[in-house]
Amino acid sequence: MGMTALMLSRLQFAFTVSFHIIFPSFTIGVAAWLMLLETLHVITKHHVYRRLFDFWLKIFGIAFGLGVVSGIVMAFEFGTNWSRLSEVSGPIQGPLLSYESFTAFALEAAFFGVLMFGRTRVKPVSYLASVFMVALGTTLSSFWIMVNNSWMQAPVGFVVENGKFIPTSWTHIIFNPVVWVRFPHMVLAAYLTGAFCVAATGAWYRLQTRYAAESRVMLRMGLFLAAILVPLQILFGHLNGDYVHQLQPAKFAAIEARWHDEQPAAEVLFAWPDDRRETNHDEIKIPYLGSLVASTRFNSREVGLTDFSRADRPPVAIPFFAFRAMVAFGLVMLALAWLGTWCALRETLDGSRRLLRAIFFSYPLPFLATLAGWFTAEVGRQPWTVYGLLRTADSVSPNLTVSATLTTLIVYGVTYMAIFSFGTLCIYRVMRRGPDAVSPTAVETPLRPMTLGNRGKDASNEGVAP
Amino acid sequence: MNTLWACAVALSTCLYVLLDGFDLGVGMLSAFAATDEVRRDMMAAISPVWDGNETWLVVTGTILFGAFPLVYSTLLSAFYLPIIGMIIALIFRGVAFEFREKSTWSRPFWDRGFSFGSLLATFSQGVVIGAVIRGVPMTAGHFSGSMFFWWSGFSVLCGFGLCIGYTLLGACWLAGKVSVKVDVTAFRCIPWLMLAVSGFIATAFAISVYTHLQVMDRWSTRPYLAVFPLIALIGLACLLHGVHKRVSRLLFRAASLVFVAAFATLAASFWPYMIPFAVTIDAAAAPPSSLRFLFWGIGVFVFPLTLVYTGVVYRIFRGPVQGGYRDH
Repeated sequence: MGMTALMLSRLQFAFTVSFHIIFPSFTIGVAAWLMLLETLHVITKHHVYRRLFDFWLKIFGIAFGLGVVSGIVMAFEFGTNWSRLSEVSGPIQGPLLSYESFTAFALEAAFFGVLMFGRTRVKPVSYLASVFMVALGTTLSSFWIMVNNSWMQAPVGFVVENGKFIPTSWTHIIFNPVVWVRFPHMVLAAYLTGAFCVAATGAWYRLQTRYAAESRVMLRMGLFLAAILVPLQILFGHLNGDYVHQLQPAKFAAIEARWHDEQPAAEVLFAWPDDRRETNHDEIKIPYLGSLVASTRFNSREVGLTDFSRADRPPVAIPFFAFRAMVAFGLVMLALAWLGTWCALRETLDGSRRLLRAIFFSYPLPFLATLAGWFTAEVGRQPWTVYGLLRTADSVSPNLTVSATLTTLIVYGVTYMAIFSFGTLCIYRVMRRGPDAVSPTAVETPLRPMTLGNRGKDASNEGVAP
Repeated sequence: MNTLWACAVALSTCLYVLLDGFDLGVGMLSAFAATDEVRRDMMAAISPVWDGNETWLVVTGTILFGAFPLVYSTLLSAFYLPIIGMIIALIFRGVAFEFREKSTWSRPFWDRGFSFGSLLATFSQGVVIGAVIRGVPMTAGHFSGSMFFWWSGFSVLCGFGLCIGYTLLGACWLAGKVSVKVDVTAFRCIPWLMLAVSGFIATAFAISVYTHLQVMDRWSTRPYLAVFPLIALIGLACLLHGVHKRVSRLLFRAASLVFVAAFATLAASFWPYMIPFAVTIDAAAAPPSSLRFLFWGIGVFVFPLTLVYTGVVYRIFRGPVQGGYRDH
């Protein structure tokens, strides 16, 4: 593929949106976690929740800032690089993004200020309400984004007039069944991200025998939550597969690397897909399983890619591998969550350093799974921006030059690398110092004696709630 | 309905200019902070609100996308480089708030990112405004200019003009807000900034007359437009009075009045064009079904609510700040 403004714009969008999604998926999860902590603190008055809240708020602040600045890019990129798309689908996508900016962006930004700087300036109840507002804002944000993206995946509720998409039914657009399987899938991904990051932090302190009380709360709450949410996520993943199977057969065939119609269909576990020869190399497949996965029957007929003209097919390798990566990460997370919960319930988790180490190293998994999922969905949607109706090639801004787009791509790349690496470093520093650095004058509680100064190196873990 | 949404765009743009205007101005002023302590005081004066302020940029962008997709797609793609320059600048100034606190050896870098980011973001906005005033080349309803059409002496002048204007707003916000040291600096530089702003307006006006900008015709056909510059003059007078008598509460309000008047002058001169003399409000408006959907949710409910809680947040953080908000 030559270097065209189209190609560069696609790369730029993929780069900026992949970078962006890391932060919302983390902050939606952490906002919910903060909400839980502050609620528990208000109810139980237990100091450990307040310490954890202050600690995670610090981390939330950094990630939230990065999410905001990279989100502003997204709000403008539709116009800068995809002016044809935003002109013809603006009547539908525009209002959805307006709702996003009002109900989410504005809400969370306003109350984020209160969260970070207003503890002493507002009543505890108002503070708790502000935490709820921030959590609500982050979740609403993902809702509108998912409505918008789902409309691009499975457009409904519109007519085409003069080449423009005119909305006819907002009820159909918002209550599109596709939205209601994809939105939960995204929110669950975010909650899982939060849960694993919390559990991993707990495991890290546990391994260092620091912060016994805090690490216990983090490990248990993170793992319990994950143990319930991972199976739920797998269920919603399956429902997502159903809509793709029904509405986007070419994407489904690409995910399965199925080139020809098959009955009964086999499931390709691994292969090197070859677009040019329309075949797979080094294929490992299981007969019947393909039909079972796609239609929950053993002998269903499943569609292959060669049913579609070459111009209407997505690239195969990216959806194929990304999907498998997502599933693999999901299964590892399931194993860790269940095993961890089992050990936590039997109070053997503290002794099993190997499991703790595995939980610690698991924190990148939910991020990678989320990214892999988005790559499957978005690359699988190609060659369309609005599925089946508007091609990506017809969506790009016609006035862009290669040199201008290349310049901005490089500038975005350098900028994001700088802020991403420094942001990660900041979060790492906060985590390394731990809760003490945030609330150094820890109020003494009977459960956590400050016998060893403020370093909290007490290895005791007796009877701390919950 | 079309007019209503045009007013909503105008309102949110105006709010953005006022709110992010003062914190971008503080950003530019921070370049002149003598010590780290002064700089920190300056940033403390805006840290709880800057994020909410910047949101109005996104809000303006997405209302345009929703209600006037043609304007959104045309202007953003036409101003590709200045818009992305502005975004990159906003990224650097946005992350500086968190990063500078947590950095050691790299702090000067983030501080510079904060002040230069504020400068570049403001300059880009000024350039875009200047180029829009001069006119965006359009044929058959689509943009037909080059990648650099926005670059002209006039637009660069507007870029610098906006920098001075925002700095004035920022200085007015800081006066009486933070610490004595910052106060003195703010009071001292306000008169000079006022002088510079007046100089800029005079030059821009002279150039407009000299090059026969189309917008000047509007002034002969709509003499009532003169009311806005008069309001601006009243604002400037209040500002002078405030500086003279050291009434810090008056300053920001007076400066805001000047900005609102300047904004209204431009908006009223171009009415009913959204992209001057090429695309009207009615031509750019989204279909009624889109606007109705926006109206019943955002127009009736969410927009007013947003204004209310923005006000509430400003009330929470009103009054002087001593030593920042972080000491809880």
